Amino acid sequence: MATKEEYPLKKVLIICAKGNLEDVYAALVMANGAVMEGIETKLFFTFFGLDAITKKRMNNLHTATVGNPALRMPGGLPFPTLLGMLPGVEAGVSAMMRKEMDKLDVPPVKEFLEMITAGGGEIYACKLAADMFKLKKEDFTEEVVDIITVGQLYEMSGGIGTQIIFV
Amino acid sequence: MAEKIVAGRTIQVNEEGYMTNPSEWTREIAAELAKEEGITLTDKHYAVLEFIREKALAGETLTIRKIGTSGIVDMKEFYQLFPGGPLKLASKLAGIPKPTSCV
Repeated sequence: MATKEEYPLKKVLIICAKGNLEDVYAALVMANGAVMEGIETKLFFTFFGLDAITKKRMNNLHTATVGNPALRMPGGLPFPTLLGMLPGVEAGVSAMMRKEMDKLDVPPVKEFLEMITAGGGEIYACKLAADMFKLKKEDFTEEVVDIITVGQLYEMSGGIGTQIIFV
Repeated sequence: MAEKIVAGRTIQVNEEGYMTNPSEWTREIAAELAKEEGITLTDKHYAVLEFIREKALAGETLTIRKIGTSGIVDMKEFYQLFPGGPLKLASKLAGIPKPTSCV
């Protein structure tokens, strides 16, 4: 009889390259979930994803109200793109989404990063993107361990049972 | 489902070792189960376990954030008290079902 061998996940590297609310939260939920499972976790932010760790922007991320076909009005009707264009609508919709998530005990970005690092997870920023957006270590929240290159990222990715997840 | 004798009592556990009847739980059972996981329970551990039991038995969905904001332990302490998978481990030792929340 063939035996089925299981190789448990030991380490995850989660890369977040987008700065909208839903993609940042996808990365944060996955990272925090991994930490909670006792999996070694490294979270790497690049390009627009840097918004999630930039002090000035991290707690005010938006979800797109234009060009987002899955967005619905409360009640389920499609969200009209023309409405999404109006000033303040995107901010309002995003604030509402953050509020709904808070009800489910999904914390604001800063607190989420604190939770991940409290459990031993590590947060990194991408050097190339930081240079491009002219961001320095002091622009980032203190949970960020370091600004690293893609080479350094791969150096961290060794070992059996490691997975890289790109958000 | 299986039966297991822990601290002189017979308890019902599922295939993952979670107790299926929370009313069978005692502090002695928790201590014994913790020993299997390599943990010696302190008052701080018990305070967390009792908090978890109280919330779970009241039907609340447990999240790691609720524990971090409970005033009993902060997040870092929680990870130190129950190393590895703190919410799962603490739930197991508290005699309640495996947590079903994503946060």
